[in-house]
Amino acid sequence: MNENIDRVDNPIIKIENLSIAYDKDKFAVKDINVEIEKNAVTAIMGPSGCGKSTLLRAINRMHELYPQIETKGDILLKDENIMDMSTIMLRRKIGMVFQRPNPFPTMSIYDNVIAGYKLNGIKLKKNDRDQIVEESLISVALWDEVKDTLFKKGSFLSGGQQQRLCIARTIAYKPDVILLDEPTSALDPIATARVEDLLVKLKKDYTIVLVTHNMSQAARISDKSMFMYMGNLIEYGNTMKMFTNPRNPKTEQYLTGKFG
Amino acid sequence: MSSATIQYNTRSDYRKRKNRLFYWLVIAMSAITVSPILLIVYKLIIQGYKQINWSFFTKVAPNTLEAMTANAQGEVIPGGILNGITGTFLIVVMAAIIAIPVGIMIGLFLYENQGKRFASIVRDISDILQGVPSIVLGLIAYMWVVKPVTHGFSALAGSVALAIMMLPLIIRSTEETMKMIPTSLKEAGLALGVPYYKVILRVLIPTGFSGLSTGILLAISRIIGETAPLMLTTLGSSAVNWDVTKPTSAIPLLVWEFYNDPNMANLIWSSSLFLMGFVLVLNIISKRIAAKQNR
Ligand SMILES: Nc1ncnc2c1ncn2[C@@H]1O[C@H](COP(=O)(O)OP(=O)(O)OP(=O)(O)O)[C@@H](O)[C@H]1O
Ligand SMILES: [Mg+2]
Repeated sequence: MNENIDRVDNPIIKIENLSIAYDKDKFAVKDINVEIEKNAVTAIMGPSGCGKSTLLRAINRMHELYPQIETKGDILLKDENIMDMSTIMLRRKIGMVFQRPNPFPTMSIYDNVIAGYKLNGIKLKKNDRDQIVEESLISVALWDEVKDTLFKKGSFLSGGQQQRLCIARTIAYKPDVILLDEPTSALDPIATARVEDLLVKLKKDYTIVLVTHNMSQAARISDKSMFMYMGNLIEYGNTMKMFTNPRNPKTEQYLTGKFG
Repeated sequence: MSSATIQYNTRSDYRKRKNRLFYWLVIAMSAITVSPILLIVYKLIIQGYKQINWSFFTKVAPNTLEAMTANAQGEVIPGGILNGITGTFLIVVMAAIIAIPVGIMIGLFLYENQGKRFASIVRDISDILQGVPSIVLGLIAYMWVVKPVTHGFSALAGSVALAIMMLPLIIRSTEETMKMIPTSLKEAGLALGVPYYKVILRVLIPTGFSGLSTGILLAISRIIGETAPLMLTTLGSSAVNWDVTKPTSAIPLLVWEFYNDPNMANLIWSSSLFLMGFVLVLNIISKRIAAKQNR
């Protein structure tokens, strides 16, 4: 293993020799070995096109949508190979939030929150449903804003509210891990700050993996940081340590704004 | 300096004149475009409104003798077009039942297989189908259904011909509608572990519902006035018929029959007015739905 890639104390996900190519033999992610700490916020940083989204989307097997994508290596969730799980189970355990808020436009706010149950045909008692909706919306700090309009369409909300609704939709389904791909890049600074606060709060119950372009965001909220460059994982460790004392010259150049 | 100003003024005058000329040209062109529709509607209303009464919707078409007697006494022709209304309803609903699922499925297939060879062949065939003369589709339905299946003229055969006409329209509108839905919505569903077919059924189709229904309504309004294929397939019937394996009347067929009988002339206008009004309503509804979607 690369000496600039630290091990973690309490890994929930282990990524082993992972390579991913969109086109034949043109790898966007190259032979990555890394562990992800449980109940922590892990940030994935790096210049545009370095493979951050590609890596993140491998963790819940999103690439399977596109059969031409080639994936090598293994990903283990709690020591179980994700390829041995059904996508239904896997994605129940590993939720995902996207760059642009994408609530289901035909569903009410209420239905959006419990969409995971609804769309998968999981029956819940009304009380349980109400409780899940309320808890999820409270934990994303959206409850007070929408509690009187739960049955209106989710697409009437502001961008920041929509993104928090999407996070609520993900946590309502009670995953172990939440993957977020630049969740604040479409939001204004105030909405961004609220989502950041939320993520820090959520790590008590969830493991959070966050792709971000924004170094100060990574510094503010993450415990561990990965730095990727051209498909390679260059450096990985405690965020504080990486920001104060980067080990690889590329990391240092990136963190000091020399490129990216 | 003064010469420059003069030049400037004449140029601006020239521009103003050109502008005015084009303004009136556009108005004239619009008037030319709109006037046939207005003239048609005007003519239909003036000639047809007298015949539109209660029995127009509740009675079947009269026979020549009844019409001749009424005409001779200067009365409105008794009877109506009930057999045509019910027939058109039966034929169109059945055509829709055939064409909608098939068309939506093919449209989804094309959407899912963008850029693939087989899909683009299917798309081309669908485009060609749209250009096939409707009388040819009538012949095909005659060969496929009238002879081997219903052993005689039947509503079903007419529905098959009209369904084939509807298909390319529904296929196109389904594909276009699906393409407008952001992929992120599909991924949102999949990221919740929802199986692919359920994402299509429960996320994409509801999201594109207004686009899909607009396409369907427009397809129906395209075929509802078709006459030629019905002549070869459903033939016509002087009574109300609900049996899909039997000859059946339809509004456009009645218009044709009325046209061929000098005594029925007045009914041509009222039937056409009704048909035209119905198509207009369908078009307005589909425009409304589309506008609501875009809001
Ligand atoms: N659908 C695709 N088809 C082909 N190549 C792709 C596709 N998506 C990404 N790539 C390529 O894979 C590489 C990594 O892309 P990826 O989206 O993972 O980068 P990223 O680090 O997330 O960048 P950004 O910060 O801009 O989002 C890039 O070179 C990109 O061009
Ligand atoms: Mg990305």
